[in-house]
Amino acid sequence: MEKAVRHFQEELESLLARLLEMGGLAEERVRDAVQGLAIRDAAIIRKVLGGDEPVNRLHIEIDDRCFRLLALHQPMATDLRAIVAAVKINTDLERVGDLAVNIAEAAERYAGHPPVKKLIDIPRMGHLAQGMLHDALDAFVRRDTRLAQQVLNEDDVLDGLKTQVFRELLTYMLQDPSTVEPALDLILISRHLERIGDHATNIAEDVIFMVSAQDVRHHTGGGG
Amino acid sequence: MTPKIRAQELSFYYGAVRALQDISVEIQPNLVTAFIGPSGCGKSTFLRTLNRMNDIIPGTRVEGRVLLDETNIYGPHVDVVALRRRVGMVFQKSNPFPKSIFDNAAYGLRINDLAHGRAELTARVEESLRQAALWDEVKDRLQESALALSGGQQQRLCIARALAVRPEILLMDEPASALDPMATQRIEELVYELKKTYTIVIVTHNMQQAARVSDHTAFFWLGRLIEYDRTDKIFTNPAEKLTEDYVTGRFG
Repeated sequence: MEKAVRHFQEELESLLARLLEMGGLAEERVRDAVQGLAIRDAAIIRKVLGGDEPVNRLHIEIDDRCFRLLALHQPMATDLRAIVAAVKINTDLERVGDLAVNIAEAAERYAGHPPVKKLIDIPRMGHLAQGMLHDALDAFVRRDTRLAQQVLNEDDVLDGLKTQVFRELLTYMLQDPSTVEPALDLILISRHLERIGDHATNIAEDVIFMVSAQDVRHHTGGGG
Repeated sequence: MTPKIRAQELSFYYGAVRALQDISVEIQPNLVTAFIGPSGCGKSTFLRTLNRMNDIIPGTRVEGRVLLDETNIYGPHVDVVALRRRVGMVFQKSNPFPKSIFDNAAYGLRINDLAHGRAELTARVEESLRQAALWDEVKDRLQESALALSGGQQQRLCIARALAVRPEILLMDEPASALDPMATQRIEELVYELKKTYTIVIVTHNMQQAARVSDHTAFFWLGRLIEYDRTDKIFTNPAEKLTEDYVTGRFG
């Protein structure tokens, strides 16, 4: 029976391979943006700012592949869920790519001021967001709902760090108004990283839906 | 790419009725081309003009040309038997002969005297049964009657019989419409494999089948060719309103 659907399966596999390639790129760009910020490296920051094109190209290509697979093969059940998941994950990854650019923009501005403080929590957030993204895509490839669930749990940690960063920077700004501008950029960056975690969460939810047909979004608990 | 088949302003008449009107189309080698359209649109008639299968219907007449490579198959010195050896055909209803599986696959080779000696005959029968993805299911019972096979197996045997004479083109007229979904899927997968070696033209009532298996699709309506394009174009963004209405199920 596997033989009989090889044509479609080949197409599906190359779609998933492209999606992973895009995930890898998005992840790399998040890592570079945060690193550029942490070590105040203009070259790395510029690389992120100028390098959105491959992600955008994949965004369009993957949508097109999904569209054609739906139109030409009328997939059902697992296959249908996989392609719908791919469409949504594609959008999430493209947004992650955009957020990496936003982080790099803020990092570029931040580098124009003296450092407000030693960065500890933001690199940690970057590391965490990037790890969530990585795990979500891993869960997608391996159809691993446990790993996907773990990503969902990690999101709370990321949200907590964002609140902590905000509170801490607020004290700096209150003490010294000259830190307001750079501190706001750091707050923006923490917000972008938190959003990246949200996209990883979306991907993880899509993985759970793809594998088990359970809708876990908005804590509905899949009540169907 | 040089087209394998070129129909040029082809019209076809059943008596006074013009069943095809000025069809011009180029069919590319090693691709699957699907003909779709509602019943009576002319798609099967057109398919049969490609190996002159309509010749056997009395009172019919052809205008225009069909070039196979560079030769007009309606030219004066065409050997129709040789033509049909180059352009094989598989029909809607599987039609194995009431003979053994082996004899069915060997039929064209024997009447055309294409295999020299028992060893070559056996080898080419095996080759064609393998190409038709039937070998593993029948290799231990080649001497049994073909009529004992399932519907899907019979159809694959007919495909093997057509392939045994090593045609260049395979015409398939609704090859899976009498089969269950699993057998249909096997035929579709077979089509996907065979296009590596052959040029395939398939008529199907089943639009989804055309979408799944073909590279190019031609939409026929009332004896006219309405649109001919890449299959993904036809099914995602057809140029003609009629095509759009047909593929979205608004008529037909």
